[in-house]
Amino acid sequence: MTDTGWFKTLAIGLITAWLTVFVAVPNLLVLGASFCARDEARLLAPIFTLDNYLRFFNPVYFAVFARSMALAMITTALCLLVGYPFAYSVARGGWAHKNLLLLLVIIPFWTSSLVRTYALMILLKANGLINTALFDIGLIQAPLRMMYTDAAVVVGLTYSLLPFMILPVYASLEKLDGRLLEAARDLGAGPVTVFWRITVPLTLPGMVAGIMLTFLPALGMFYIADILGGARSLLVGNLIRNQFLTSRDWPLGSATSMALTLIMAAMLLVYSRSAKALSREADL
Amino acid sequence: MTRRWVGRAYVAAVLLFLYTPILVLVVYSFNASRFSTDWTGFTLAWYGRLAANQALLEAAGNSLIVALIAATLATVLGTLAAMAIHRYRFRGRGLVKGGLYVLTVSPDIVMGISFLVLFVAVGMPLGFTTLVLGHVTFCLPFATITVLARLKGFDAHLVEAAQDLGADEPTIFRKILLPLVRPAVLAGWLLSFTLSIDDVMVSFFITGPGFDILPLRIYSMVRLGVRPEVNALCAILLALTFTMVLVAWLVTRERTQK
Repeated sequence: MTDTGWFKTLAIGLITAWLTVFVAVPNLLVLGASFCARDEARLLAPIFTLDNYLRFFNPVYFAVFARSMALAMITTALCLLVGYPFAYSVARGGWAHKNLLLLLVIIPFWTSSLVRTYALMILLKANGLINTALFDIGLIQAPLRMMYTDAAVVVGLTYSLLPFMILPVYASLEKLDGRLLEAARDLGAGPVTVFWRITVPLTLPGMVAGIMLTFLPALGMFYIADILGGARSLLVGNLIRNQFLTSRDWPLGSATSMALTLIMAAMLLVYSRSAKALSREADL
Repeated sequence: MTRRWVGRAYVAAVLLFLYTPILVLVVYSFNASRFSTDWTGFTLAWYGRLAANQALLEAAGNSLIVALIAATLATVLGTLAAMAIHRYRFRGRGLVKGGLYVLTVSPDIVMGISFLVLFVAVGMPLGFTTLVLGHVTFCLPFATITVLARLKGFDAHLVEAAQDLGADEPTIFRKILLPLVRPAVLAGWLLSFTLSIDDVMVSFFITGPGFDILPLRIYSMVRLGVRPEVNALCAILLALTFTMVLVAWLVTRERTQK
């Protein structure tokens, strides 16, 4: 084995080293920075402090945080409400070309969301397509103000993130054993009962994955807020960017970023619990 | 019967929502009018203007080079990682696997600033090298998972048979595993390339003033408003992504039909 062992060592060594240097170390540095004091000249002063976390409770900062959370929650709820029925219809609607429909969701999943946000802007702007069309058919006399509002940011986030909800939910619906639904129906359950007692619990991990993939980016995608929301509408992502690049307050920016990491950790915990609970039940 | 049609109409409506803005953008990129929303005639003038924009061409060239290198490195590394995770039991295997999955859900902004902090901490000037390193890292999990999914799907006896016949690890890799995963490796490369060339969030933090790339150039143009040149540029990027994803889809679909 000695002369073939080098391959194994190389494969394992490379990936372990890469993840250590470019994932573990940078995140530990951010964690460390979040406990440091601010320093004008050197960015950070190596003095331990909890100040950066306490500053979240500063009313101005807290208000931005809370508003960004609200926008992200609305976005996630919209993605789930629109995406779940869509995924359900595609997975269980008896389509002849199911794969092709899926491809139509996969394409926007991989497409630049900056480009897609810009495309949305063409429709939403004051002299854009929606206003022109509504004006031409006489529904409005003056253009609607759609750009630079919170609603535009929510629409933009939903537009960008919808495929990220649909795909994991679709995958869990696809795995769903149709015989369970039949059995429930044979035992006299109505369609509503079947849906809430069987389909929903069994697709919960897919939903949690979808929620994670929409909620976290919805907090962070600062360019969508910049393009569609103007300067007023700040997301947590805008806060972090501004701390790092404009106000040069790296400790506060690091603490804010750590807050996102913590939210992610909490969601991952919920996900692994729901997936485990499901596999336990399936074993019974 | 009606329920079925409601379902179909709903699917069509959501797809219309996803595609209308993109189609409108592409149509407008050929519209002769500069300011009006009305269609005033077909033109290729906006595409011509792009070709004359030196700064833009340079940014596009930079983006292509970064994407080519990052996608290739991520695919090589991801393929080796997938082999290691699939074939070997080693200390830290769970951590490596878990870390890769966590990376796929990790918010881009968190990744972007963590790279910024790292590169500043080690005193590395921001630019080409830092971009490549960052892009490899966020492409890596997608390349690995694509290959890993393919490895899980085939018969383990093939490898055992080869071992019984005296094949060593590099031979097994080259003669058995690599040919089997080739479509997945290609798909992983295409998806990594797409991710790299479209990235805004991570690149925003880790490129320097001397090294401009296409998505950041588009970002600063978009902030100034809707312009026909931007429509043309975005249409080109859309065509590129569509082609890449379509090819990736076709090569990975082949295996399910076999």
